[in-house]
Amino acid sequence: MAEYQRHEHDVLVIGAGGAGLRAAIESAHSGASVGLICKSLLGKAHTVMAEGGIAAALANVDDRDNWKVHFADTMRGGQYVNNWRMAELHAREAPERVRELEAWGAVFDRTKDGRILQRNFGGHKYPRLAHVGDRTGLEMIRTLQDHGIHQGIDVHMEVCVLALLKDGARVSGAFAYDRERGRFRIFRAKAIILATGGIGKAYKITSNSWDCTGDGHALAYHAGAELIDMEYLQFHPTGMVWPPSVRGMLVTEGVRGEGGILTNNDGQRFMFDFIPENYKAQTADNEEEGWRYTQGDKEARRPPELLTRDHVARCIVREIKEGRGTPHGGVYLDISWIKKRLPKAEEHIKRKLPSMYHQFKQLGDVDITREPMEVGPTTHYIMGGVRVDADTQMSSVPGLFAAGECAAGINGANRLGGNSLSDLLVFGKRAGEFAAKFAREQSLGGVDEAVVKKLADEALQPFANGDKDNPYTVQRDLQEMMQHNVGIVREESEMQSALEHLKVLWERTKEVGVTGHRDFNPGWHTALDLKNLLTVSEAITRAALERKESRGAQFREDYPEKSAEFGKVNTIVWKGEDGGMQIRRETIPEMREELKRIIEEMK
Amino acid sequence: MKTAVFRIWRGNAAGGEFRDYETGVSEGMVVLDAIHHIQATEANDLACRWNCKAGKCGSCSAEVNGMPRLMCMTRLSELPLDKPVTVEPIKAFPLLKDLITDVSWNFRVKKKIKKFKPRPPDAPDGTWRMQQEDIDRVQEFRKCIECFLCQDVCHVLRDHRKYDEFIGPRFLIYVAALEMHPLDTEDRLEELRETQGIGYCNITKCCTKVCPESIHITDNAIIPLKERVVDDYYDPLGWLWKKMRRKKGSGGS
Repeated sequence: MAEYQRHEHDVLVIGAGGAGLRAAIESAHSGASVGLICKSLLGKAHTVMAEGGIAAALANVDDRDNWKVHFADTMRGGQYVNNWRMAELHAREAPERVRELEAWGAVFDRTKDGRILQRNFGGHKYPRLAHVGDRTGLEMIRTLQDHGIHQGIDVHMEVCVLALLKDGARVSGAFAYDRERGRFRIFRAKAIILATGGIGKAYKITSNSWDCTGDGHALAYHAGAELIDMEYLQFHPTGMVWPPSVRGMLVTEGVRGEGGILTNNDGQRFMFDFIPENYKAQTADNEEEGWRYTQGDKEARRPPELLTRDHVARCIVREIKEGRGTPHGGVYLDISWIKKRLPKAEEHIKRKLPSMYHQFKQLGDVDITREPMEVGPTTHYIMGGVRVDADTQMSSVPGLFAAGECAAGINGANRLGGNSLSDLLVFGKRAGEFAAKFAREQSLGGVDEAVVKKLADEALQPFANGDKDNPYTVQRDLQEMMQHNVGIVREESEMQSALEHLKVLWERTKEVGVTGHRDFNPGWHTALDLKNLLTVSEAITRAALERKESRGAQFREDYPEKSAEFGKVNTIVWKGEDGGMQIRRETIPEMREELKRIIEEMK
Repeated sequence: MKTAVFRIWRGNAAGGEFRDYETGVSEGMVVLDAIHHIQATEANDLACRWNCKAGKCGSCSAEVNGMPRLMCMTRLSELPLDKPVTVEPIKAFPLLKDLITDVSWNFRVKKKIKKFKPRPPDAPDGTWRMQQEDIDRVQEFRKCIECFLCQDVCHVLRDHRKYDEFIGPRFLIYVAALEMHPLDTEDRLEELRETQGIGYCNITKCCTKVCPESIHITDNAIIPLKERVVDDYYDPLGWLWKKMRRKKGSGGS
């Protein structure tokens, strides 16, 4: 059928954020012909918004740090349901991946002796985050982009994948359209890497870009791959709450790393009130010690503001619920107070947190060097995703790989700040390497033209639907429903009701109509994204229902405690023979003795 | 609720017109919010690019009341709302549809610039040493979010259409960031003069004025590059001196 544009690559990478770019570079380096699809323009992916830094045990600032401490921190933060092999590989390989960025032109902030500077972050025992002010993600994506464009990679910009194509059990290609003209395209590839990022747009209040619609999660699921840990959705404790236009916009944890404190409307520093048992030994119990920690005193323990994100977010919710919130329904985050401690504090804040200064000044009329910010939790990151082999990143579908946020395992029940950028690099590289290897051992698979025809017809349906329903309205209703029913605090009946709502939303999605032509039509694109958003929403809801306990980012009001039984399992979601979503629990494999010992030693 | 009228360009390369849309105005609202509201209610097919809505990705560049701006960082409270707010696509690149232009030329230009080439590592573990003060300038240039507003406003591109002879302010700071990178050993001065057209810039500083990241494009990047090109071309001894300095690793800045 001549009406489709056709492309062939050894390795096709879907998504061009940190993980996708790193994967594409590695595949190309291995000698594969590589196609890289990005939904937006190159270099605009959600990675640009990462602020705080890349976690890697370089030990430049504190020489007590090493991969073992990083590994133990990651497991503790993830409540020990992480894929321990991924956590191990990540901690071991992150330093080399960061140094490599420097060799490719990244310009990190420096220590006094000229090495890469590292900063404190929640859940990390030592200052570990390599950073560039508060725009580390931009530095990372630009470095990968500027290096990547010289590696012979074919970049397909503003192209969106609608479905993966299969030849028997293995993946053989992707069906896509280009935004500019709305033309369909068929990509054939020996191996495909999903690197599509997160799902934040399933929620009303989110720090995520428009394009975080769970595409990779949904593509993999509908192609028969398993998803794991979908109940673990991270709500970042500090998003902007005012004005409404910017609600949910991220306020970096770096603010707290630099000494920022959280207070309620009584001016009380509430984070000292409840410090979880497994963090007591390493958390300061007084303000003085906490401050000394942020200023690099190696004898001091970290302030409770730097506890893990799941915990901080819940403490903030509690303050707001119990009436101690700010006028706009948040709590205060104050960095300006450091002027009592530091000379030239104003300059220091502007230098260490330039984007935050800019963002609040320009969008919120708040000068963070002089007054506190109002913040509250915002949907930020999904720990769950495509289930992959730890070493190769291949999913349960042969030839289909995943890396970065759309893959799962490394973070367990809660991700530590800074572990995402390092995850993108470590597992992006691994996915690229092993996808290229897989491609070397395969020939191109076939593409079923009848399947393609059906996909094309489905994609064009919204043009035939008239004005029955509006894709933007369905998207908004979904976001409000998920925010309300499957948010930060969950319970059985609300989630059951979410499943009912999802059924209705699936039906409505079939009916949405769009106006205009196929040329760059955002209404049409929104209609096509709905399937992905609904798929991930259902997976989150079913997994959260299945896990009858509270652990990490999953907080069940009806099961507020951790359960030993659930601590031994992951939840797995897959598409059943009848097309319905299936779920099961699976026992976490026994950890290697050596790793168990590391965790014991670091306790 | 207070309302405002947005006069938005609708059309493609074949032609089009400004159309008026009315929206409510709430506290803190930015132009991109208005565009989204109009999309969701009245004009599903109104095309605009955006990603982060936080001034970090540089996708939503447009001309608001004639000024090149990021729509996500333009507050309605800074615009006169007693008359329609005009929103139209940037002008330096071919129109695709509504607020979207074909900016692919920029990606082709970047590819032609010689890539980063570091000196051998300083330490046995394969790492380098750089002092913060030696990278401050480069970090300023690396704040660029590639919104291309500087390209839009540069008369060499916008009015004189010198796409084949001039790379524009965005890529002059890109070259500056590479040339002033303390580790870089490549030499890009000949191209700057011969094919990248640095001589076309006559320092009107329009680019600096519109930069949403407040990068001092002209003063900190273009003028020093111009000086280097001149030194390089007319002063062989100076050229040799600089080469040696660079080899010693004291950087170019």
